Formats: sequence, structure tokens, C-alpha cells
Amino acid sequence: MAFAAGVDVGSTQTKAIIVDEAGAIVGRALLPTGANVVQAAEHAFREALKSGDVPEEDVTFVIGTGYGRYRVEFGDTQITEIVCHARGAAHMFPGTETVLDMGGQDTKAIRIQPGGDVIDFCMNDKCAAGTGRFLQSAAAALELGLDELGPTALRGVRPVNISTTCTVFAESEVLSWLARGKKIEDILLGVHRSIASRSIALLRRVGIEGEITFTGGVTRNEAMVAVLNDMLHAELNVSEESHYIGALGAALFALERIKGRSASPEKEVVA
Amino acid sequence: MTSTISPEDLVGRGARDGAALFRDWFTELGTAAERGEHTAYVFVMGSLAEIVRTFDVHTVFPEITSLQTAVRRVADEYLNLAEDHGFSPDVCGYVKADYALQIRKGDHPMGRIPPPSIAVLTNACNTYLKWAEIWERLYDIPIVTVDVPQSRKAPDNGGPTAAELAPDQAYVQFQMNELIGHLEELTGKAFDIDRLREVLELTNRMGRAWRRVLELNRAKPAVFDAMMEGTIYLGVANALRGTEAGARYFEDLAEEMEYKAAHGIGPLVDHDTEHRLIFVGVPCYPIFRRFYQLFTDWGGVFVSSTYTWFASGGLNLDFEYDLDRPLESLAEGVLLSVRRAVDSMLFHDRYLKEAIDAFDADGVVYHPVKSCRTVSTGLADSRRVVLDERDVLCLYIESDMMDKRVVSEAQLKNRIDAFFEGLESRRIRKGMDAPTASTAPTT
Repeated sequence: MAFAAGVDVGSTQTKAIIVDEAGAIVGRALLPTGANVVQAAEHAFREALKSGDVPEEDVTFVIGTGYGRYRVEFGDTQITEIVCHARGAAHMFPGTETVLDMGGQDTKAIRIQPGGDVIDFCMNDKCAAGTGRFLQSAAAALELGLDELGPTALRGVRPVNISTTCTVFAESEVLSWLARGKKIEDILLGVHRSIASRSIALLRRVGIEGEITFTGGVTRNEAMVAVLNDMLHAELNVSEESHYIGALGAALFALERIKGRSASPEKEVVA
Repeated sequence: MTSTISPEDLVGRGARDGAALFRDWFTELGTAAERGEHTAYVFVMGSLAEIVRTFDVHTVFPEITSLQTAVRRVADEYLNLAEDHGFSPDVCGYVKADYALQIRKGDHPMGRIPPPSIAVLTNACNTYLKWAEIWERLYDIPIVTVDVPQSRKAPDNGGPTAAELAPDQAYVQFQMNELIGHLEELTGKAFDIDRLREVLELTNRMGRAWRRVLELNRAKPAVFDAMMEGTIYLGVANALRGTEAGARYFEDLAEEMEYKAAHGIGPLVDHDTEHRLIFVGVPCYPIFRRFYQLFTDWGGVFVSSTYTWFASGGLNLDFEYDLDRPLESLAEGVLLSVRRAVDSMLFHDRYLKEAIDAFDADGVVYHPVKSCRTVSTGLADSRRVVLDERDVLCLYIESDMMDKRVVSEAQLKNRIDAFFEGLESRRIRKGMDAPTASTAPTT
């Protein structure tokens, strides 16, 4: 049996997915990227093989994606994470027309056609406000673990207004709210709403249509999902595996390549 | 038109001759600087170069001299010097590079640029007005600002009638007479209307050939890249407007493009991969060659560029000077060219939709720049309209035309790669056939 793999090397985490010939996920792995990008990609791939009990030689095509895609040295080719998230979202939630990917350092709004072809996309440019990094800054200021952010924010009732446009200055703003006696949960809820509002501005730039699928590492933050649902007046498509969607898209393109349909758009472009 | 030149010499002649003419122009400016000859600073939108040329006064286009510092990768030296003198990082990079050029006494990577004896500008760009004030302070020279009345209704409503245009044309002509007075005073020469006729006829010839060149890019494959080669052609069009050398250059260029269209010769090695694109904005000069390559690596060819519309001084318009009434006609030409340049930025979507249809484009690349809000404003809205009304993909990337500090090649590449992945995917899924036969437009 032939398998295909996608390895998504993100700024914070590296994800790997193995799919079988039917496109079903049979193996997965998620590891911190760290400083050694090449090693992170290799480790994630091997972990995914192990989790699916798939022999390496049975994986006949590997596609790298994410900002470190050119460092997936064992991969056969690369595709941008924008296109992979679109493809993965359309596969996991076929009604998807809009994708919001919130990662460690960037957030993308993507409009897609049925099947996953990208119509339009927007990303944050020079600033990490509205990304997972913003949450990390808040967590550091409040001395909380990332996994504590969501549950704490969900207890918030009166969110404070986080007005800064800078991730670095957000930390000062959080501290100033603390100094004014605001509850941590209200501050955190304000942080989540601030990030959500920036993400929604990106979504508006591409146009919000149909079902919205939420992807990327921040999907594991239940407060962010709740805030986005509230502010968008919608029910976002999210699953336990939403943070793997980029890697899944890459794996599905790899599978198409194996099957000879060659619908994948990859091209050898030297970084 | 017939030519005895061999195909090997014909193909690529425009690029070679254009580069040579451009160098000659800079050499001439260097000589003018040495000899202290009269020089007028003029702009690409509403240049009035024809009147200046009638008096045999040299023309400097500060936008061109500034962008050349970026193309030659030394813009940062100029920008830093201007910022040392108090200019904000947010001020137009062209202005700052030019200011530093003046402080450096005309020292430029292409030679020496003479200082202005007079500056001639229109209100096509608000920055022109403040820019000219700098020269006024530095050199105490006459600044002639021609106030060109702008459109009062959207072009969709049919544009102005002849009766509506008449007072605006008269207003511009009145101001042109003031310019003529200044030039007579500067040079000590009397205005010669027959000389103006000759200059206008040369511009007419250039315009005719330029429009044919632009039109020939409807061919499949395209015959030139409107962002890369188009920018070279634009430089010649502005620098040599109203000259025999300029007119002949574009007639030769049209001949080359006719040949390329007839023989299926385009800028790409592999035409089967051609993605036909329209470029909106000003190119990224600090990494110009690399910027271009980010598109050609994927088979992207710019079949049209809004730059070749708004920065060609109206040469793209279907307008020719009436030599029987040269001053009136020149005033009308300035009026229409400045209006159209501004309208093409205010009503992008209208002109872009026409171009998408005419050039059978697959995608539109929007490139707003930090330096120039005039050409960047409204692009996001334009993109939405184009996406809604045409079956194309759009790419929106931001950088600058001068300042490499705000050019992130990695971010540009990521977005450009994703854009082309989308185009490739659409082509595959639609079962589109790559172009195989050359189809030159005949009208």
C-alpha cells in the first residue's frame, strides 16, 4: 500500500501527517520547531510514521509546507502553506469557503472554491499582532502557560480593551491593566477579542463567505474559538485535528501526485 | 514597415537601443551640468516637455533619476542623507533621493545631474507641489505649477462633453502661456510656434508607435514583459518625448514587436507555462531584477501594467496633437493626460476590467508601495471588485519602490508562490490548454 506525507514546518510547531490511498489520516505528529528546522521536520515525519505504524519505504511522496518548507530535505517538493491550508480545510470540511489560519507568527485569511482552490488570500505583513505570538506575550506577562490561556479567558465577564497594535507593547498594556486591579480572566478575554478583531479585519479583506474553517495552532485555544464565533456570529468549523490541516493539505497534494492526477500545483522553485 | 535587419538583431533591439539611448540621455545631462546649460525639472504625469524642448532646454525627470538610484542599489545612501537632514522615513522616497542628489551636487550613479533652472509641474500628484518648493528654497528658481482641473464625474458616466472641456482647456492654455513667458525670460529666445509643431509631430509619432507596442502584447505568447521591459520603454518615452530619436526608437520597437507577435516570440523560454498578468502600481526597484524573477520563475508575464498608462504622459491615450492649433491642442492633451492618469488610479476597476478582457489575463498583481499613497490608495477595493466581476486571481503584495528597509523578499516570495500555485491549480483543474499558436492582434 502506498502512503503520502505532508510536513508543515511552522514558526512555532512542526506538524506531519501520513495519509493512505483513500486520503484517510493514518499517522500524525506535532513537535516544537526550535532552532534546527531540518531536524524538526525529520523528527516530526518519523514520529508520524511511528504513530501510524507505517514503514518509511511505503511513503512514496512527501511534500513540505510552512515557512520552513525548503528545509524538508527528504521531501519531494514544496507547496506554500496558504494553498495547503485551503486544500486541507476543503477536505476536512467540504462546505468550506473561507479559511482562517492562526499560527504562531502569522494569520491568514483565505477564500476558496469547492475543492480547495484558492480564490484570494491575505496575511499579516510586518506585525505579529493578531497571531499566536500575541497570546504568548500575554501569557508571559501574566505568568501563565499557553494551555491555561483559553480556560482562564473563558471565565472572563467584562473584557478590557486592548488597544495596542504592537505585540511587544501588548505586554505593557496587560501589566497596566493588572496594576489597575482588573481580573486576569477579563484581561485575557480582552486579549482574545483584540486578536480576533484583527483576524476578522483580514477576513473582511478577502470577503467572508459560506462556512468558515479555523485552522492552525491557535484552534486548540477554546476561548479563541468562542470569541471568534461570537464576533463573527457564526459557528466556525473546528476539529481536534484543525492544527494539522496545513500538513494534511500537503499530504493530500502528495497523494494526488502519487495517483498521477497531478492537480497539485507544486513547482520546483529554488528558495 | 519593412526592415532589412536580421531576426537575430531585431529581437531584443528595443532593450539594447533603449539602454543606449538612456545612457546617452544621462551623458547629455552630465554635459549640461558641466556647461551650466539651462535645465527644466519636469514630471512624468503632465510633463509639458514639448514646450520646454521648443526652447532647447534640457529636461530632467526627478522621478526617473530617483528610481535609478534604487535600480542601481544605492538608494539607501540618498535616503539616509535626506533623513539625516530631517526628512521622515514616511516621506516619498523619490523626493528624498532627489533632495539628497541636490545636496550631493548632482552626483548620481548614472552621471552628473544638472540643477534646475526652472521647474514645471502639474497637480497630478500632490507631492509634486511640496517637492518643487524644495528646489525653490535651494535654488530660488521659477516654479511653474499648472493647475489642471480634474474630472468632476466618473468616466462610467460618459466623461465630459466637448462643451464641458472647453473652459478647462482654456484655463490650462492660459497657464501654458505663463510658462512660455518664463521660458522666454530664462533663455532669451522668442517662442517659435513652428518649432512646437515639429516637436508635437514627433510626440504624435512616438505615441502612435507606443500604443501599437502596448496593443501587440495581446498576442499569445505576449511579446514583452510590461513591468520589466515596459519600464525601460517608459524611461525612453519620457526622456526622449518630442525628439526624432524617441519617435524612431518607438517605431523600431513596434517593428520588433510585430515580428515577435508574428513568430510567437515572447519573454519566456517556455511559452506553454505563460500566466498572463496585469501589474498595478510602481515596481519594486530596490530588488527590481529579483522581483521580476519571482514571477518569471513561475511563468508569469505581465501583459499590461498600469504604470505604462499613468506614467507615460498620456502616450497611451488615443489622442494626437492637432498641428493646426498646436497650443490649444497641447493644452487639451495635458488636460486629458493628467485627468486620465488620476482617473486610472481612482477608477482602477473600470480600466482593469477592460484590460483583463482585452489581454485575456489570468491574474492581477496589486503592488501598493509605502512611498506613494497616490498610486496605492484604493487598490484593496479595486481588488474586491475585480475578483467579483472577473474570473481571475488577484495578488496583493506591499513593499516600496525606493526603500529596501520595507522590502521583505521572503514575504513577497511566499505570497507570490501561493498566487502561482493557485493559478497552476486552476489551470490544471479547468483543463486549460497552454497557448500553442501565435495570435497577434490586428487592430
